Amino acid sequence: MKDNGHISKRRFMEELRRYQKGSVTRRHFLGVTGLGTATAVLGAAVPGLRPRPAFAQDIGDRVVLATWPNYHDAANFDAFTDATGAFVQVNVFGSNEEMLAKLQAGGSGWDVFVPTNYTITTYVGEDLIEPLDVSKLPNYDPAAFDPRFADAGTVDGTLYAVPKNWGTTGFAVNTAHDGGTALTSWKDFFDRTKTDFSGRTMVHDYQLTTIGNALKYFGYSFNSVDPAELAEAEKLLIEVKPHLFAISSDYQPAMRSGDAWLTMCWTGDGKQLNADMPEIAYVLGREGGEIWSDYYAIPKGAPHREAAYALINHMLDPEVNAREVLAHGYPVADANTNALLPEEILNDPILYPAQDLLDALEFGAAATLTDPNRAELLARFKSA
Amino acid sequence: MTQRERNWLLVAPAGAWFLVMLVLPLSVVFVFSFGERGPAGGYVPAFTFEQYANLPARLTAFKNTLILAPLGTLAALLIAYPLAYQLAVRTDPKWKTILLVLVIVPFWTSILIRSYAWIFILGGRGLPALLEAIGIEGVRLIYTPFAVTVGIVYGYLPLMVFPIYVALDRLDKRLLEASSDLGARPLRTFLQVTLPLSIPGVATGCLLVFILLMGEFLIPALLGGGKVFFVGNALVDLFLQSRNWAFGSAVAFTLIVIMLITVTIYMRLIARLRVGRDDAQIM
Repeated sequence: MKDNGHISKRRFMEELRRYQKGSVTRRHFLGVTGLGTATAVLGAAVPGLRPRPAFAQDIGDRVVLATWPNYHDAANFDAFTDATGAFVQVNVFGSNEEMLAKLQAGGSGWDVFVPTNYTITTYVGEDLIEPLDVSKLPNYDPAAFDPRFADAGTVDGTLYAVPKNWGTTGFAVNTAHDGGTALTSWKDFFDRTKTDFSGRTMVHDYQLTTIGNALKYFGYSFNSVDPAELAEAEKLLIEVKPHLFAISSDYQPAMRSGDAWLTMCWTGDGKQLNADMPEIAYVLGREGGEIWSDYYAIPKGAPHREAAYALINHMLDPEVNAREVLAHGYPVADANTNALLPEEILNDPILYPAQDLLDALEFGAAATLTDPNRAELLARFKSA
Repeated sequence: MTQRERNWLLVAPAGAWFLVMLVLPLSVVFVFSFGERGPAGGYVPAFTFEQYANLPARLTAFKNTLILAPLGTLAALLIAYPLAYQLAVRTDPKWKTILLVLVIVPFWTSILIRSYAWIFILGGRGLPALLEAIGIEGVRLIYTPFAVTVGIVYGYLPLMVFPIYVALDRLDKRLLEASSDLGARPLRTFLQVTLPLSIPGVATGCLLVFILLMGEFLIPALLGGGKVFFVGNALVDLFLQSRNWAFGSAVAFTLIVIMLITVTIYMRLIARLRVGRDDAQIM
């Protein structure tokens, strides 16, 4: 095949000779051969070449955090960097499966990650998570946490993870389009997707919630791995698919632009959408659904362990944590933080739903994470 | 050192690269494809054909890829050719460089960011809102196969433009004059002189775009809203969601084989086309 566009071997040698003989400048040589660009790219990729101030307690120049979308106040990270000199590099994920896959593959480079309650036993079983040294987390006050949202961090008596936020998985609906009839259940969610919300509904690209909520339609457990029940959920999802706007966990842009009117939704996204567009309501399905709790944890082999402890400790500071809640709208289980939050947040029905709605919710079960059938079901649904 | 030894020494780095970056990973994929998924995901050594037997579960993904990849290549070709022609044949030389740079400029930004830009352009507040303003209502663009095709053509256009541009640019303009002197009209000159001589560029461009499209996953995921499912998307899900490395390897290996077969047939056809033309020229 002919040489197209790239410099040929012979031409490269000619240019090199010309440069050696001094008949062309170095800039010309680097430019024609493409070596200049290559050097510039390589140079920028070497962290040692970047400026870096000195600090009393040196924890390194960075800490890598694997977390969820719309889940932090960037100002809190800036404050951490100002105080310690470590830059917080944030990686955002769409599902716990994806986090587990990255850690299983090895070499993730993460220092801190944010697993959800039901995944922690699997991380312990796979030896992917570091037991926490509480002495390095002076801001962690176990007595202040509601045990319902803190228990999953301890496996067989060892502390592996400290609570970040808790929340629910319901749906957000643009009430301007509901024709005066409110949606109150997962049955409404799927049935009306086939009628007046056709082409306007989004479901998560996430097996736990998409399959779990389809199971709730039939009144089954959110966590079911029963083949017959899963088959019914699959049938429903495939029936609904032609009426979906998209299968994606990134639903805020479409809800805000008005392209989508109905979506599966987590507490904080519901709060953020409702705050900016009051016509968007956050609803918990009457049949139930998911209640969850996220944790801060350190993966085995974290490259910046000291910085990881420093970051978690920083985020657990009630002042910092309260600013996080105000930014993302997810409740915390920490009484010290709640003491600093304004009354209207603590009484907000999106963050703290009515008790009868909460009672119907289930925590995700570890089995759903590892069950091959649920993963296959979602793949079949997406490729159908 | 003899010339022979020196040659070997010069080839060694490329050979090592080839071995470590191509042969080794492919062997891993091949071996894994006969294994099984671990209890918490991943890979457990085994020797089973179960993964290959399970391939029909991803039939739709293969079908979508085998339809949309050639279509996307064709669409890119139809748009790239006139552009390359204009640049190579019709443009004043002093503008050429600037215009060529403009074709590459988008490459300076990540395809991820550019695809997000398209989400807003094709979304309800973008083009459809403009169309509504002029009276065309109810147009849905984002998260459709159309949006994916737009994204593909946009993303891969430069890869198609450049080879065609080079072929047309090197074309001996005296041939066009000769054709005209011999009484051929512009259309005939184009069809019988310009087009055949640019075929190598077209062939290269199509090959580049087609191969990359077969493995594409980002554009369908972002602009297809998770509903337009390529083999690439199936692979991402198998490795990042269900963590079924064995089945993922079988799907990946099958894709590689399909690609090898398609590309071989394609190269043969192109070669035959050239031979046929050379014969015609002799006559």
